[in-house]
Amino acid sequence: MFDQIGLIFSTLVRGLPVTIAATLGGIALTVVLSFVAGLALLAPSRTVRFLSRVYVEGFRGTSEMVQLFWIYFVLPVLVGFELVPLFAGILVLGLNHGAYGAEIVRGAVQSVPKAQYEGAIALSLSPAQRMLRVILPQAVVEMLPSFNNLFIQLLKSTALLYFISAEELTERGQLLAPSLPIAQLVPIYVIELLFYLLLAVLITVGMRALERVGARRLGRRAPRRRSTPPVTAGGV
Amino acid sequence: MDSHQPLSDAQAGTATADREMIRFDKVVKRFGDNVVLNELDFTVSPGEFVTLIGPSGSGKTTILRLLMTLEKVDGGTIQVDGEYLSHMERGGKLVPADEKHLRKVRRHIGMVFQQFNLFPNMKVLQNITEAPMRVLGKSRAEAEERGRELLEMVGLSEKVDAHPSQLSGGQQQRVAIARALAMEPDVLLLDEVTSALDPELVAGVLAVLKDIATSTEITFLCVTHEMQFAKDVSDRVIMFDHGQVVEEAVPEKLFTSPEHERTREFLHAVIDREV
Amino acid sequence: MNWDWDYAIDSLPLLFQGIVVTVELTVLGALLAYALGLVLALVRQVRVPVLSQLVYLFVEFIRSTPLLIQVFAFYYLLQPALGLRLSPFVTGFVMLGIHYATYTSEVYRAGIDAVPKGQWEAARALSLPRGRVWTGVILPQAVPRVLPSLGNYTISMFKETPLLLAIGVLDVLNRAQEAASETFRYVEPVTLAGVFFLLVSYPASILVRKLERRAGTV
Ligand SMILES: Nc1ncnc2c1ncn2[C@@H]1O[C@H](COP(=O)(O)OP(=O)(O)OP(=O)(O)O)[C@@H](O)[C@H]1O
Ligand SMILES: [Mg+2]
Repeated sequence: MFDQIGLIFSTLVRGLPVTIAATLGGIALTVVLSFVAGLALLAPSRTVRFLSRVYVEGFRGTSEMVQLFWIYFVLPVLVGFELVPLFAGILVLGLNHGAYGAEIVRGAVQSVPKAQYEGAIALSLSPAQRMLRVILPQAVVEMLPSFNNLFIQLLKSTALLYFISAEELTERGQLLAPSLPIAQLVPIYVIELLFYLLLAVLITVGMRALERVGARRLGRRAPRRRSTPPVTAGGV
Repeated sequence: MDSHQPLSDAQAGTATADREMIRFDKVVKRFGDNVVLNELDFTVSPGEFVTLIGPSGSGKTTILRLLMTLEKVDGGTIQVDGEYLSHMERGGKLVPADEKHLRKVRRHIGMVFQQFNLFPNMKVLQNITEAPMRVLGKSRAEAEERGRELLEMVGLSEKVDAHPSQLSGGQQQRVAIARALAMEPDVLLLDEVTSALDPELVAGVLAVLKDIATSTEITFLCVTHEMQFAKDVSDRVIMFDHGQVVEEAVPEKLFTSPEHERTREFLHAVIDREV
Repeated sequence: MNWDWDYAIDSLPLLFQGIVVTVELTVLGALLAYALGLVLALVRQVRVPVLSQLVYLFVEFIRSTPLLIQVFAFYYLLQPALGLRLSPFVTGFVMLGIHYATYTSEVYRAGIDAVPKGQWEAARALSLPRGRVWTGVILPQAVPRVLPSLGNYTISMFKETPLLLAIGVLDVLNRAQEAASETFRYVEPVTLAGVFFLLVSYPASILVRKLERRAGTV
């Protein structure tokens, strides 16, 4: 019995690096796309705003699974080469969650009081300086709780990489399952779920730490806590 | 709109003996159907301290915001030190200013806001040094040295490393004044800079302003409800209503024997409120 | 490689079967999520000692872990252990419903919190019975505020149905995949499945934004 658990544990642990890599890669791409698309949603140029809107609505409007299948099964047919599963996964995770993140960035930038823009104009700062030196440093702090929720959604979405055989946690478990009697499935799913829970907790701990740093930078005492996740960040 | 008038006659005045720091020429400003400024004319000389008074909604803030280029004019022209603010010259014509032109002319002007508008993501000293370093191209050492001087001048030397949120309203406002001065403006705009403050903090801020007004060459355009302060420091007081000048005079005259009934009523109302 | 309209049209009947399944899953799952979420929210709100904490842990746990694994665990482990024999379809909407109930419970909670405290006090001052306070005073005020959020989560559920492929539910994307695997032409059916999701969820999200603007969302 304990041997079995040892085997299960070691098999699942081998899927962990892929899940973590997909999560971190996905988060990195998400952050980049969120800022690019989110700021583009506020651009003076109509064309830029429109293009960004198309990206955001396109990726929020279609299912993440469709995007995954499209990039993994359709795209190779069109371009003639196949993507490594992990890479395809990171691409989809980033593109999809970046579309949600764009709205977080847009909302946070718009939530900075107009008086801050005017203070910056009165000091003759250029538009880029206003954004980079005054508005974004304040907006980023506002974004952190929403990004925390978004990153946890992304972590959960890494399980979808099961469908493209990326050999991450979920798939390792499913490969193991058929060979075992039902009673032995308990440790598989319990360990899997606990791994995801642990990763989710780590993300939250990290983001809370950033929130505290951010709050200190803005000279606030305690970060404002929000118990409800913003629904725009919800789901796949 | 008269954005295509020839330059010659508009510029004629600026070359002559009375240099004008601020000139409003038939300035029109509307918000929708609400005509706030109706062909407003007035001028301010270099180094002058001018106080604007008038009932709520008469357009005082709007005048300052137009000068700070936070609003666009709907008609007429504004000049600062002989340079067009809302417009620029192109091929002998006046066309509406673009962002580049605005950034150039803005440098002559500073503003202190009712709500301070300090940047919470920067400590006190950085609030003051940021723009001199990035806009005027000063070195960090230079900017910080000047920043410390200014903080000493407004009596806040010990707050160099504080966060704006750790300061009282009066202290924040004094930092905001130092921040505006760090840009070495020719014109400083003050919009009810003490009305967001607790009463016991007002005197400190006004003392600092009075100090600056008497010791520098800066031209001041000030909106305030502090009549005693206005009397003490102003060279001239302009009474506005309905987007036009009702009357203007030296403070001794305007406050004691105003010519217009409207001014009398307004002063009565304000002084009643102060008692 | 070009877009083949004939082939695209040929795959439509199969896709349509999938669309029906996707819509059914979403509707049934959403109804379950609305109802169960309300129960979870009320249990936490009423603060039954141990039960409230358990519900809190349950909600946090389900929300922080992937739906896919929950589906696997329910289908391959829990059902046989409990002696249940639910079809993949039923398993699918039940798990969708349970997963999203943890989200909707938070939505309800925020909605209830947003009802001003004075309303509770006023209801108490009228000595309304407790049940009546809920049905007559609190919920009628909370529900309109929560509608936009519920709408958003419903759209999310809709887009998440394809992962039920893992237990053999053939929704629209999986029908597309099935069509493709016969001919090895993926472009048309998978793209059409994507277009279908967009055609439903984009107008739906515009509708939700309208509701949001009207209700002053939670
Ligand atoms: N952004 C705006 N949009 C629409 N109307 C505006 C705007 N800003 C000012 N107004 C209107 O312009 C008029 C003048 O406003 P302004 O703020 O200049 O008055 P004020 O003289 O500064 O008044 P107060 O003494 O109350 O500060 C008012 O009727 C005001 O409602
Ligand atoms: Mg005003």
